[in-house]
Parts: sequence; structure tokens; C-alpha cells
Amino acid sequence: MAAIVRAHGIHKHFGALHVLRGVDLEVAERELVFVIGPSGSGKSTLLRCLNRLEEPSGGRIEVDGIDMLDRRTDINRARQRIGMVFQSFNLYPHMTALGNVALALRQVLKLPRGEAEGRARAALERVGLADRAGHYPGQLSGGQQQRVAIARAVALEPRVMLFDEPTSALDPELVGGVLQAMRELRESGMTMVVVSHEMGFARAAADRVVFMDHGLVVEQGAPEAVFGAPREERTRAFIRQIDRH
Amino acid sequence: MSWDDFALAFFSLDILRQACPILLSGLVQTLLLSAMVVPLGLFGGVLLALLATVRSPFVRWPLMAWVDVFRSLPPLVLLIFVYAGLPFAGLEVSAWGAVAIGFFLNTGAYYGEILRAGIESVPAGQVEAARSTGLSRGQAMAWVVLPQAVRNMLPDLISNTLEVVKLTSIASVVALPELLFQARQAQSVTFNATPIVAAAVAYFVLLWPVVRLLSRLENRQLAGRR
Amino acid sequence: MTGWERFADSFLNARVAAEYLPKIVEGFGLTVVLALCIIAAGLAAGLALAVVRSLGVRPLNWLIIFAVDLFRALPPLVVIALFYFGLPAAGLSLSGFAAAWLALSLVLMAFSEEIFWAGITAVPKGQWEAARSTGLGFLPTLRLVVLPQALRITIPPLTNRTIAITKNTALASVVAVPEILGAAQAGVSFGFNPTPLTLGAAAYLVLFLPVVVLGRWIETRFAWKR
Ligand SMILES: Nc1ncnc2c1ncn2[C@@H]1O[C@H](COP(=O)(O)OP(=O)(O)O)[C@@H](O)[C@H]1O
Ligand SMILES: [Mg+2]
Repeated sequence: MAAIVRAHGIHKHFGALHVLRGVDLEVAERELVFVIGPSGSGKSTLLRCLNRLEEPSGGRIEVDGIDMLDRRTDINRARQRIGMVFQSFNLYPHMTALGNVALALRQVLKLPRGEAEGRARAALERVGLADRAGHYPGQLSGGQQQRVAIARAVALEPRVMLFDEPTSALDPELVGGVLQAMRELRESGMTMVVVSHEMGFARAAADRVVFMDHGLVVEQGAPEAVFGAPREERTRAFIRQIDRH
Repeated sequence: MSWDDFALAFFSLDILRQACPILLSGLVQTLLLSAMVVPLGLFGGVLLALLATVRSPFVRWPLMAWVDVFRSLPPLVLLIFVYAGLPFAGLEVSAWGAVAIGFFLNTGAYYGEILRAGIESVPAGQVEAARSTGLSRGQAMAWVVLPQAVRNMLPDLISNTLEVVKLTSIASVVALPELLFQARQAQSVTFNATPIVAAAVAYFVLLWPVVRLLSRLENRQLAGRR
Repeated sequence: MTGWERFADSFLNARVAAEYLPKIVEGFGLTVVLALCIIAAGLAAGLALAVVRSLGVRPLNWLIIFAVDLFRALPPLVVIALFYFGLPAAGLSLSGFAAAWLALSLVLMAFSEEIFWAGITAVPKGQWEAARSTGLGFLPTLRLVVLPQALRITIPPLTNRTIAITKNTALASVVAVPEILGAAQAGVSFGFNPTPLTLGAAAYLVLFLPVVVLGRWIETRFAWKR
């Protein structure tokens, strides 16, 4: 299968801090890669490098055949193919759910209003929020807000979706709805990279689990392998800690 | 002094009637002046706020120094410096020119600070979300940051605009015939305080609605910020 | 003479500077005294009005709100002119210093009352109820529980407003008070050289630049958690 994401030797410095120290990550079409690791290990930074919200200090990144680090690449066009969902939702508070989803359709894809809203509505429908289209983020629960954020990314029909701890900011009873939306997305064949601590979801839905520590990929493999029989001591210690919760 | 004397000195209808035309012309000048200096200051402020988005220290520090210097100088000092000082440098400026320069520098610095703070009040995640869907820097600014920034800074913008309109009264010092100048003229000719009282009433009637609106907005803002 | 030499001879003339420096220094002292008097009276009166307002006596509150609105709507220079040029018509003469002090104190009173009041109302009802339920009276509750919380959130807006109003001491030059600007202008007309104005501007920077920078620091220091 063709790889949609090819990242090789990614380095990232924040001043003196060396946060990513040569990360390699390939994600095949329709694959769901689950990234775990201790807080501060560089998971968010890696995701943000993939769509260049952070500028990597070194390495090569190709997404869907586009060289993301090439100066000549139109980064705004490239980003349409990479959806991103944030831990804190980052919905635009001054726009309705529909407005949030339609903004990039109108401004980036330059769709006429009617068409943009039609597609936005369809995307909201996919996450089960068709009836909330006219609500502002402040009128929605955290779980609903995150599903709108997913719809905002999905509406652009990206080739790959990045999730950065999408359920960490949610009350436990709201997590299920978001995971359900992600599961349906996966079943539709979306390629996904998910940073999360939802181990149950990883076991059920992930094709591959990647364990990161101190800016490096320490171990990766099928969920049963990484969770059931981790090879590295650091992985074992991390999984023991997570399982206790 | 009896009530009648008092009323005669401060609320004389006769004097008011005489002074009315010149007070009205002063009011018109005040409105024209405001219509000039508010956009001028906003323009200066937008320039400063845009410069403030440049991260380089070679821009940041001089910019901050500029803003703080012009917030430190009393506007009247700036105005007098421009009006009375520049002719010595061979630059004759009219009263209107001096007011324009002085207000551009002073008011621009204040508007600039407000706009900068407003833009910075929008969380970084908002821009990141917008950029992640492919919006350019300018589009993210226009559609996501500015609408929220304007809402956050609206009370400060209105408040500063109120102050600027009030501040136009210092143009009287350089003999620009606005409302206060005309009232002073009328007062010195008639030896009666009625024209100044009338000018004060005019300012109050003009600006009171703005003050009411502001006090509601500010109360809400402070309460929400705890 | 080159352009720069001519400029320096006009604006940075050492002989003129030496001659008028003492006057400017005197003016500086007067400005500081005037500013301190305004701050003391204005803030005290503002706080007092806010406390009275929290008693919740309807007619009294309307009066307070009206006074506050009045002095927020009127340009400070108009208030000064009313007191200095207007009051003599009632047979009551104020010195320029007294007129400027009274006018600017009233203006600061109005603005600070508004801020203090917003701070008091921002303290949750539960704080009042908790304190009163432990047997504290109205005033002890206000003084020991509510005001300390209210004052903390009022510090940034209060600092900025106080600086802005204190800068208006320059307006006192209009009513013949020989504070910095007044002294500088007198120097310009006697010496026919604008160097005293340069000195005056420098004096204002010495006085207010540290305060403005302090205000900026306080604003970040006490920044509201969002
Ligand atoms: N913008 C930034 N500036 C400086 N340091 C940062 C920045 N973003 C992240 N870091 C640092 O990089 C390291 C990795 O962060 P992150 O990628 O967020 O880790 P994770 O998502 O795995 O918890 C942390 O030590 C964090 O403090
Ligand atoms: Mg993270």
C-alpha cells in the first residue's frame, strides 16, 4: 500500500531544547496509527510538524506526495489535505457550528455559499450534529464542540487526519461520542494519526501503535504486541502506569 | 449674591442668544476636528499594531519605546511643541496641521496599544486551527482573529474615542476656533460665564450616551474577568 | 550653518537651556505637587463615592451616577475653564492651581469611582453572605473581605486611568500655573528659542515614562487568568 505520510529524520529544537531527535514515521493509506508516550515526549510537536504548524529544524516530510518542507510548496493548499483536531477544540467562538465548518470551504476552496453550507451540513451530519448547526460553541458541550471540530476538518475531505489528544479535555461521559465519531471516520477509510491515552480505543481500532519517549520512536508494532508484550523497559513502565488508571 | 445674580452670571438667556451663532460654529468645528483626528489616530494605531505582529527585537523594542514616549508626553505638550516649536525649525504649521500631527502621534499610540492587546487576547489555538484548514495568515487574521479581537477591545476602543473627542478641546490653546475656544471668546467679551456653561452642556449632551454605554460595557467586562 | 547645526541651535541650545533650566525645575516641582494632590483627592473621593454607592440608597446613587457621568463626559479643559474663568462671575475667584486641582480631582474621582464600583460588584455575592453569616457587619465585611478582592482587580485599569488624568496637569498652563509646560512656554516667548520646550518635553518624559512603563508592568503582573 502507498504511504500517505512519509516523515524521515525529523528534528525539532526549541532554543536549546531538543524536542524531536530524528523521528521516522510512515503512515499507509487507510491505516490508523496510534501514538502514545509520556507527557513532554514530543507527540504534539511531531503532529504539528506534519502540517508545519511547527517548523521542523531538520528532516523530510512528504504528505500525499507533496514535499511539505519545500519552499515552493503552497502550504495553505497542502494543509487542506491534512485535517487536524486539537485537544482544546479551538472552535471559533464568534461563529456558529455551521460557520466554523464552512469558513475554510468558502475562503480556501472558494466554494459558493450554498455549496459550502451544504457540504458543512453534511459534515455535521456525519458527526451526528446536524441539529446543532446554528449553535455557537458556547452553547455546545465539550464533546459536541470536539465533534464540530472533527467535522470542520473532515469537510475539506483531507487525505489524512491528525488527532492531538482529542478527548483529554472532556468529561468522561462525553468521551464516548467523540470516539464514536472517530470510529465511523475510520470505517469510512480515513487515514488517521491519533495521539491519545484511550487505550481501549487503541486496542479496538489501531492498526499500529507507536511509543515515543524523549523525542524518539522507541518501539512500534501491532496493538497486541506493544500492549501485550512490549520489548522495551520504558514502554513497559509507561503501559503499567497507564493501565493503573 | 442672590439667586437672580447667579442665574444671570451662569444661565443668562440673553447672553446665550447672542453667543449662539458663534457657539454653534465652534460645535461644528469640534465635530469636524473629531472627524479628522479619530480616523487619523486609528490609522496610526493600525500601523503600530501591524508592526507589533513582527517578532523581531529590532522592531519590537523601538516600537515599544515609541508608544511609551508618546503615551508619556501630555498631548498638550506635544501640540505646543509642534505648533510653537516647529516654526523655529523653519516649518510653519497651521493650527489644524499642528493638531493633526500631535493627535496622530498621541492618539495613534493609544489606539495602537488597544489594537495590539486585542489581537493578542485571541488565543494562539485560534490561528492554528485556521491555518490547519489551509487559511493563509491574512485570511486567519481577517476571519478568525480580528472579529474576536474587535469584540474584546470594543469597550477600550469606544472609551479611547470618547477621550479623543474630549481632547479636541485642547485645540483651543492654539487658537483653533472649536467649541471651547469660541465659548472663551464669548465669555471674555461678555464677562459672563453663560457661554462656557453652554459649551459644557453641549459636550455633555453630545457625549453622555457614550458614557452610559461604556459604563455598562466596562462593568460587564470587569465582572467577567475575575 | 548646516541643517543639523541650525536645528541644534534652535532646539538644543545649551546657553538657553542653562538659562531656563531652573524655571523648568521649579515647574517640575509644581507639576509633581499638583499631580500628587490630584491623585490623593481624586482617588479618596472616588473610593468614598463607591462605598456610599454600595449602601444602595436609591436617590443617593442616582446623584453619584450623574456626577460620575458628568465628569466623564466633560473635557477636563472645559471643567478647568469653568472653574477659573466662570466662577469669578459668581464673585468667587480661584487661583489657577486651585482650579486645576479641583477640576482634575473631580475628573479622577469620576473615573476611579466607576472602576472601584465595578471592582466591588465583581466580588461574588457568596463572599458577602459568607462574611455576614459569621457575624461581620456591613462595613467590616466591605473593608476586610470585599475591598481587598475588589482592589486587586481594579489595580491595572486604575493605574492606567490615574496616569492618563495626571498627565492633564499640563492643562494647568492654560490657567497661568507655571508648571512644566507653563514655564517652558514662558521661556520660549522670552528667549525666542524653543529649547525650553525641549527641556519641558524631557521633563515630562522623566516624570511619566517610568510611570507608563510601570503601568505596562502592572498590567502583565496582574493580568487576568483567562
Ligand atoms: N512552543 C514551544 N516552545 C518551547 N518549548 C516547547 C514548545 N512546544 C513544546 N515545547 C516543549 O517540547 C517538549 C515536547 O512537547 P510536546 O510535543 O507538547 O509533548 P507531548 O505532546 O508529548 O506531551 C516539552 O518539553 C515542551 O515543553
Ligand atoms: Mg501534547
